[in-house]
Amino acid sequence: MSPAKRAAEVSGLYVRFVGDAEVLEHIVERREGAKVPKGSVQKLLALKEDQGPQECEGSVGEQDYLDALGTGATAGEEDGGGGGGGSSGPGGSAVFTFQTAKRSHKMAQMASEMARAPGRTVTFCSPGSPEAAGSPSRGSRGAAGETRTPPKGRKVRFVSSTPHRLRKRLAAPNLRSESDSDLSPSHSEDEEDDDEEEREEKEELREAELTTPSKVAAAALYRTPAKKPKKGLEPSLVEEYFTAHASSKVTTSDRTLQKLQTPKLDQETLARLLDGKPSSYADEINQLNKEHEKFFSKWMLQLQLGFNVLLYGLGSKKPLLERFRTSRLLGVTHLVVNGFFPSITLKSILNSITVEVLEHQGSFRSPVEQMDFIMKSLRQDPSLQVYLVIHNIDGPMLRSEKTQQALGQLASLTNVHVLASIDHINAPLVWDQAKLSLFNWLWYETTTYLPYAEETSYENSLLVQQSGALALSSLTHVLRSLTPNARGIFRLLAEFQLESRDNPSYSGLSFQEFYQRCREAFLVNSDVTLRTQLTEFRDHKLIRTKKGADSVEYLLIPVDPATLTDFLEKEDAQ
Amino acid sequence: MATSSVSKGCFVFKPTAKKKRISGAEDFFVDGSEDVENGKLRFRLCQSTWDEMKEEIEQVQEDLNKKMLDGLLEFVKKSAASFWCRDDDWMSRMRASEIPTAALVLGVNMPDHTITFESMTELLHDSLTPFVASVQAKECTAMKQLMQKVLQRLMGTNVMVDEDEAEADLGFHTRDCPQKRVNCSLSALCDWYQSATKKSPVKSPRKRLSSSQSEFLQSPPVVVIFRDLEAFSPQVLQDFILVCSQYVHQLPLVFIFGIATSPSTIQRMLPHSVSSLLCIELFQSLSCTQHLATIIDKLFLTSKFHFKFSAKVLQVLVGIFLYHDFSVCNFIKGLQLSLLEHFHSQPLSVLCCHKQEALVHAQQLNDRDVERIQQLPSFMRYVEEQVPEEQVQLLTSSEHVKGVCQKLLKSLHKYHKNFYPALRCLHVLTSILPKYPLGKQIRELYVLCLEKKVWETQEYDSAMQLIRMLAKDELVTCLQKCVEILTFCKSKKLKKVGQQLQDITATCEKLDKLSDEGNLVDGEEGDRENDSSGKGLQKTDLFHLQKTLLEMKECRRTRRKTPYEILRNAVVDYIDNLVKTHLYPPESQPLYEVWYYSSSGTVRRHLNATPRTSIQTALSHPYCYLQNEALKNDSGIISSAAPDICIIYKLHLECGRLINLYDWLEAYATVATAAEGKDPSAIEGGKVDELKHARFIRAVSELEFLGFVKSTKQKTDHVARLTWGGC
Repeated sequence: MSPAKRAAEVSGLYVRFVGDAEVLEHIVERREGAKVPKGSVQKLLALKEDQGPQECEGSVGEQDYLDALGTGATAGEEDGGGGGGGSSGPGGSAVFTFQTAKRSHKMAQMASEMARAPGRTVTFCSPGSPEAAGSPSRGSRGAAGETRTPPKGRKVRFVSSTPHRLRKRLAAPNLRSESDSDLSPSHSEDEEDDDEEEREEKEELREAELTTPSKVAAAALYRTPAKKPKKGLEPSLVEEYFTAHASSKVTTSDRTLQKLQTPKLDQETLARLLDGKPSSYADEINQLNKEHEKFFSKWMLQLQLGFNVLLYGLGSKKPLLERFRTSRLLGVTHLVVNGFFPSITLKSILNSITVEVLEHQGSFRSPVEQMDFIMKSLRQDPSLQVYLVIHNIDGPMLRSEKTQQALGQLASLTNVHVLASIDHINAPLVWDQAKLSLFNWLWYETTTYLPYAEETSYENSLLVQQSGALALSSLTHVLRSLTPNARGIFRLLAEFQLESRDNPSYSGLSFQEFYQRCREAFLVNSDVTLRTQLTEFRDHKLIRTKKGADSVEYLLIPVDPATLTDFLEKEDAQ
Repeated sequence: MATSSVSKGCFVFKPTAKKKRISGAEDFFVDGSEDVENGKLRFRLCQSTWDEMKEEIEQVQEDLNKKMLDGLLEFVKKSAASFWCRDDDWMSRMRASEIPTAALVLGVNMPDHTITFESMTELLHDSLTPFVASVQAKECTAMKQLMQKVLQRLMGTNVMVDEDEAEADLGFHTRDCPQKRVNCSLSALCDWYQSATKKSPVKSPRKRLSSSQSEFLQSPPVVVIFRDLEAFSPQVLQDFILVCSQYVHQLPLVFIFGIATSPSTIQRMLPHSVSSLLCIELFQSLSCTQHLATIIDKLFLTSKFHFKFSAKVLQVLVGIFLYHDFSVCNFIKGLQLSLLEHFHSQPLSVLCCHKQEALVHAQQLNDRDVERIQQLPSFMRYVEEQVPEEQVQLLTSSEHVKGVCQKLLKSLHKYHKNFYPALRCLHVLTSILPKYPLGKQIRELYVLCLEKKVWETQEYDSAMQLIRMLAKDELVTCLQKCVEILTFCKSKKLKKVGQQLQDITATCEKLDKLSDEGNLVDGEEGDRENDSSGKGLQKTDLFHLQKTLLEMKECRRTRRKTPYEILRNAVVDYIDNLVKTHLYPPESQPLYEVWYYSSSGTVRRHLNATPRTSIQTALSHPYCYLQNEALKNDSGIISSAAPDICIIYKLHLECGRLINLYDWLEAYATVATAAEGKDPSAIEGGKVDELKHARFIRAVSELEFLGFVKSTKQKTDHVARLTWGGC
């Protein structure tokens, strides 16, 4: 152990993470120009090394390609402002990268950093540490973040992310030591201290980074024998990738939302809370949307000339499309499809066309037949123009190959005009060449920044507050209509499932065992009675059966434990 | 009228009692522009230009496919004939047990094949047989479906085509036939075929083609087209072929395989036992790059059409073609889009039409348009070149501007008339050079010429140097080609050039005679060279070898030029001169904006969009979209004042595979509190203000909706991250 390290340990008695100490140590050493540090510096250097080639490779390949596509800076300039961030956005190399190793409480750190953002002179430090005040850090950060030259946004952005990556790298040893002690504990005060320590370190690190004659010194350091020698000069991406994927262990804190003192919010409260609150950039957002509205006539024109229009970009496009609909489409037959609606099906779309648009009374044996009928009747009547407005054509229910194929066939008809929107980042993967040619899209970027209020309002899309209210109410409703015996049977299964909820390999209660238990509780008298009862449960989707590896039937209630507990409590109360 | 509901996802709206008629495309075209008449005119021009172009494209495609289709037709005819007049000898009996099969190699872009198949089906229908069934892999995942489709289409087509007749003749099969699944077998098809051909052996099944009816054979072949062979399941295909081979004596079957990759696919998909039942003949369609080259040649390298692409737009479209889809259809779509955009966005595009029409339009320009002309960069450049009095005139008198405008339009027409033949000549000369310094395809040279003065580029210099080294026969063939091009063009000036080139070629030929004499003179030199080289061979010493080589070089340099060399240099200079007079980039021409569409960014954004990049830009750099000073930040770190979803997104970037919701919420609360101007340290663990909580929930659900995170059961209150990148 080097003297400096010892010193660090003595001075920083309250430091929790060894990794941090190491970081501190090497910075101190470098400042003093003392001995060559090991390990962590190696990391620092490796980073510097791999920044270079990676960047070049990316930019060269891309540049070639971009040249070929003729998107230069000029292409961006042409559209001249007005939210046309197309070319100034991050390039492919920034968007599509591999997973990198992350440290557990990076987020808190980031948050505190952002909290000290310009314009807000807020300090996020306990009174004890005076030097972590906002201003000095601003200065150093300003220097670290490079000036961005507008035309080559991509490259520069890559560089500007250096501090992040650097920190990430330095964090790597830390991560290892953390995982040894298995997950971060949840005392918040300690954590705060940690944060501060780290921040100090970081500040020093930045200074160090600025003061060292970076490349030369770094190269010199690299030549010294390293602890873990790496062959060749290409650890870069590959290594980073494997470090990130090395352990399946997740190093996040164990805290859960249970710790929140605020009660859980349900859908209504949520809506109520958010309703009254206007967005902070209402003016700008309004202006942005006004810009998009100028395209309305052009969309109509292009739709009539055989193109179909596809909108993409951040923010809900429903209000925009709705305005388009009410301003341009009122005089024609049109269909609005909410692709985000959780139980939309191709059948319902086709049915609305056949029944309401074509006024056909009769049923079809298969969607294919129905499609054929629609295509035939629309071809026969070219004067009937149908406009199809599809919100979220990439919605979960519309993603399937068959549905998209059918929609594409509709879109390819000359008298059907489709105006659709997509939101999911991987939405374009839904279409292959054949479908794209059917749809004949013209893409329009319409970033609106409007909240996805309606799209996310359905119960199962609300991940945070999955209150299970719907599941619970359906449970109680169905059970209320059952015989006491049946209720008892269900209760038995529920209790058993709750008992074994800590068992991760629990796959359900086997039928035989369940039967035994039911008999013991005098709930059923024969195998057959139980089976009849179970069929009824299954029909109401109260239980699910699974065949195990030993081909025994296992019964499971597909509801999360919390809801189940709630349910049992409610039952008890009655 | 509401379109949101918790029980319904699909809403139909029908206009009530024709209260408003939908306006036509023209109205939407002029909507928003101040000059309605001008707009209507432009729309008409746009439509007519597009119609002309479309016609041309169709013509081109027809011509391109003609050769292959004719071959195919011949093949089908032959195989049908061989079925009909079956001989009894052993050979033909052997052949007869095989199913004649045409393998069509069409190239990788499947959607483009549709046109080919359509024209093929039509052709077969018109001239050979009414029995054509085309199947796609998508609809035939099992043997049963394939059989059903084939039968349905064979019999169904017949039913549809001559309903009344069929009703009388084949009452058994009409109408309900396609629905009938009971006798879905080839024997049923055989029976049907027998009755169909016997009942109307002489009469054509298609009335409107009574003239060609006599050409139908007595037993027209039954053609089954497999449009995408690769996508079929091998098992289904094998079974189908095996079954069909059993009926080959009763049914004159012909298969056509559409292949996207290579003919070896057939071998890969079908085992020998099955493929030996087929008698395969290969047909190769034109490659899609050639197809594109022809389209570009016919639509852009001609003065027939006045709408032109700038270099950038052409590059974008060709780039999409080469890097993304190899789809000529998409290229044409791009053309249509740019045409529309050009006429829509450029008010002066009224002048983009035929010469006489354009001159009339120029005369009718109103003041606003004249102003627009005066503001065109190319026109401004033109004005600057004029003498001061003229400048004043051009800037003040609109009548004068109109006059000049007409003159300029004429010269623009003339310029293009000369440009393309000159371009072709240059291409003829440079496309045979090693390494193709000016590009192998003419479109590359075209782009180069559109971009800048081609003779100022290094590539041009090297190309000229290489031409100076061409052998005589090569040069002569090139020149002959050039002469051919130039004599066919309309411009008088170029015709004269062609004449001169012709003369040069003639002199070149004459040189043959002269060279005989030259040989005598050269003979001596040659002898001397022979001597020295002989010496070189004797001495293997490196030093001496080098010395002799240097000597040889020396004497070559001083050597007199042969008459051919002199002539060749003259030719090169002549060509050089031709290029310099005619291949000026269009930017140099006043009023070029009227013809050229140059907004490559628009085309790229509409055809080759990157939705994910756009979303991620909006998330990480809100200032790009929301021009608010509070969001402006140079260092790439967004401020705490950004919209919620941006903050949440930025925070989630700092996490690993799993994200703890509680930590996330806390981090968000810190930022949000700071944004409100309060001290973030004031929040104690677990106390988060309700509103912030709600905002957090909304932002996280939005991120989930966008596909950045998803809920996971790996750990309580965690979500999994789905993307990496976007720092």
